[in-house]
Amino acid sequence: MSTLLEIRDLRAKIGEKEILKGVNLVINAGEIHAIMGPNGSGKSTLANVLMGNPAYEVTGGDIVFKGESVLEMSPDERARKGLFLAFQYPVPIPGVTLVNFLRQAVNAVRGEEVPIREFREKLFSKMELLKVDQDFARRYVNDGFSGGEKKRAEMLQMAVLEPAMAILDETDSGLDIDALRTVADAVNKLMNPNMGLLLITHYQRLLNHIRPQFVHVLVDGRIARSGGPELAEYLEARGYDEFLAELARA
Amino acid sequence: MTTAPEAIVGEYKWGFYDPEEALFKANKGLSREIVNVISDMKGEPQWMREFRLRALEIFWQKQDPPWGSPQLKEIDFDDIHYYVKATDRDERSWDDVPEYIRRTFDRLGIPEAERKYLAGVGAQYDSEVVYHNIREDLEKQGVIFLGTDQALKEHEDIFKEYFGTVVPPGDNRYAALNSAVWSGGSFIYVPKGVKVEIPLQAYFRINTQNMGQFERTLIIADEGSQVHYVEGCTAPIYRSDSLHSAVVEIIVKRGARVRYTTIQNWSNNVYNLVTKRAVAYQDAVMEWVDGNLGSKLTMKYPSVYLMEPGAHGEILSLAFAGKGQHQDAGGKIVHAASNTTSTIISKSLSKDGGRTSYRGLLKVYEGCENVKSTVRCDALLLDEESRSDTYPTMEIDAPDVHIQHEAYVSKLGEDQLFYLMSRGLSEEAAAKMIVNGFVEPIVKELPMEYAVELNRLIELQMEGAVG
Ligand SMILES: Nc1ncnc2c1ncn2[C@@H]1O[C@H](COP(=O)(O)OP(=O)(O)OP(=O)(O)O)[C@@H](O)[C@H]1O
Ligand SMILES: [Mg+2]
Repeated sequence: MSTLLEIRDLRAKIGEKEILKGVNLVINAGEIHAIMGPNGSGKSTLANVLMGNPAYEVTGGDIVFKGESVLEMSPDERARKGLFLAFQYPVPIPGVTLVNFLRQAVNAVRGEEVPIREFREKLFSKMELLKVDQDFARRYVNDGFSGGEKKRAEMLQMAVLEPAMAILDETDSGLDIDALRTVADAVNKLMNPNMGLLLITHYQRLLNHIRPQFVHVLVDGRIARSGGPELAEYLEARGYDEFLAELARA
Repeated sequence: MTTAPEAIVGEYKWGFYDPEEALFKANKGLSREIVNVISDMKGEPQWMREFRLRALEIFWQKQDPPWGSPQLKEIDFDDIHYYVKATDRDERSWDDVPEYIRRTFDRLGIPEAERKYLAGVGAQYDSEVVYHNIREDLEKQGVIFLGTDQALKEHEDIFKEYFGTVVPPGDNRYAALNSAVWSGGSFIYVPKGVKVEIPLQAYFRINTQNMGQFERTLIIADEGSQVHYVEGCTAPIYRSDSLHSAVVEIIVKRGARVRYTTIQNWSNNVYNLVTKRAVAYQDAVMEWVDGNLGSKLTMKYPSVYLMEPGAHGEILSLAFAGKGQHQDAGGKIVHAASNTTSTIISKSLSKDGGRTSYRGLLKVYEGCENVKSTVRCDALLLDEESRSDTYPTMEIDAPDVHIQHEAYVSKLGEDQLFYLMSRGLSEEAAAKMIVNGFVEPIVKELPMEYAVELNRLIELQMEGAVG
């Protein structure tokens, strides 16, 4: 079992505010991890810092991906190395069609021009997998998309780009019940023994469809507890107040 | 001319030029004699000579508009050639075109473009139309597509009826100047009910140092007809300033439809001061698609006068200002009748300290009912040094008017860049993608080869814009 991603004592701030206060996490190839945690605990910050968002400043620790520190790498270098982030709030790019964007992204990630035919076949098969119709690819990226459409578009990008390590930041929020199942089925199909998956979610229902081996609870910029799927069930049943109270007692 | 061509090409991608082989080049400066010489050379009728001389008097009396850029003061009207004739007659076929001119066109890709798309090419080289080719089916339909000089010779009646009626010499200083020394340009007449399916195109170039180019275009779309005219330019760079001051007049008669598309990429020393105006009658549609890149200073506000009920005017304007450039562009719509509608969409980009201004006028005359207009201006700043301003003017003298006006200035978004980069795009590729998306609403209105060219020009302008 090879280590894919190792987060070592990671600290990060935005402006003057420290948000990540020493996060440790190891994800091996073939593993699915889930991160849960109260609003504002730093989950999206962690995701952004992993992807290299320049808005955040890393103040300590390291991120080692495929045996190499990525701290000095720009977001595009990280993407080319196989890292992918499905955003909690995908950004609209008016005037740029999803199909054009995806084509450039695929070429960039692969480091070579993918023949148009091959690209189209791949795109269409992934669109089928995610049950989006053909017109969807002609729309402008995230521009006027509904909440659920945005999340589906993120998954379409992941499906086409085939990353080694994917971070899904609240991909379930905004999806209706059927869409959640579709997306979950797709993710399960895409998951493979060489790949790692990090799911950020508030709800057990996603984890019923995509079964993680490990669940972590992020509280105030640190992983407060790690466990198996039962930890997610516990949180779902009790809520964070009780969890935090218990944490304080321990 | 001491600068080596290679050095110039290095600075400016489309900056190749030909040795000046013009057959006739008027002395620098402006005088009644020069105007008379121009009229003599062209063998014009007396009324045109008088028109020119009257216009010259007006030019001498007129001042620059008070809101005009201070850069206008830098133009030295005595240091300009007002007439250059490259070959002594219009050419009908490509083989007849002189070798050095063909070479230039080859580099611009004209013959290939023609094979693929063109119905006719009216390519303006220096001040004369040297190459003109109309497909037979157009001729059969009675469509006239000629160089403006030739049209005056061959179709004087119709020419005289419309020439100078939409933009009279007294309209503004540069219209007066153009009226005095105009040369070249395109003339189009589309007869009643004729729909020209393929865009008519002309390429323009300035090729003589210090030469003012004063082309004059006149388009008449008769009742129920339809035409799309496209002009595009890439100009060679020269060491001293050049003046381009064109006048375009368009008459869109009842139920007719005209679209006029311009893509300009003047070199960075050109003053581009153009008066473009159309009048649209009952149920007529006039559309300006105006893309301005390059030049030192552009002042250009295509306008539409909606004269009768049911008329619709549309202006799509795109401007890109780089270092040392000022694009002062926009549009004017005048609602002079009830039940008229209009749309203005302006998109501007500035980088490296470049400046874009949107200047617009929306006027609704008293007594006009049920008038609708939408104005939308978007400016995108690519860095901190660049600048964009909006100067919208509304003169609304009627109560039953529905107007929507929106203006946005935004900076190249960090979150958009990060999003695209997280998908593997380099920062430069991401910025280009955002910019291409920003201009897409205009680009998608262009014929395919122009859309490709425009995207390429913008990418060139963008290079080095980030990182
Ligand atoms: N750009 C920013 N400027 C200032 N504060 C920020 C910024 N981004 C995040 N924060 C703050 O950092 C903290 C962590 O935010 P983050 O988005 O990582 O939380 P989260 O765990 O993803 O929450 P949620 O469950 O609501 O998505 C919050 O207090 C938030 O307000
Ligand atoms: Mg979040």
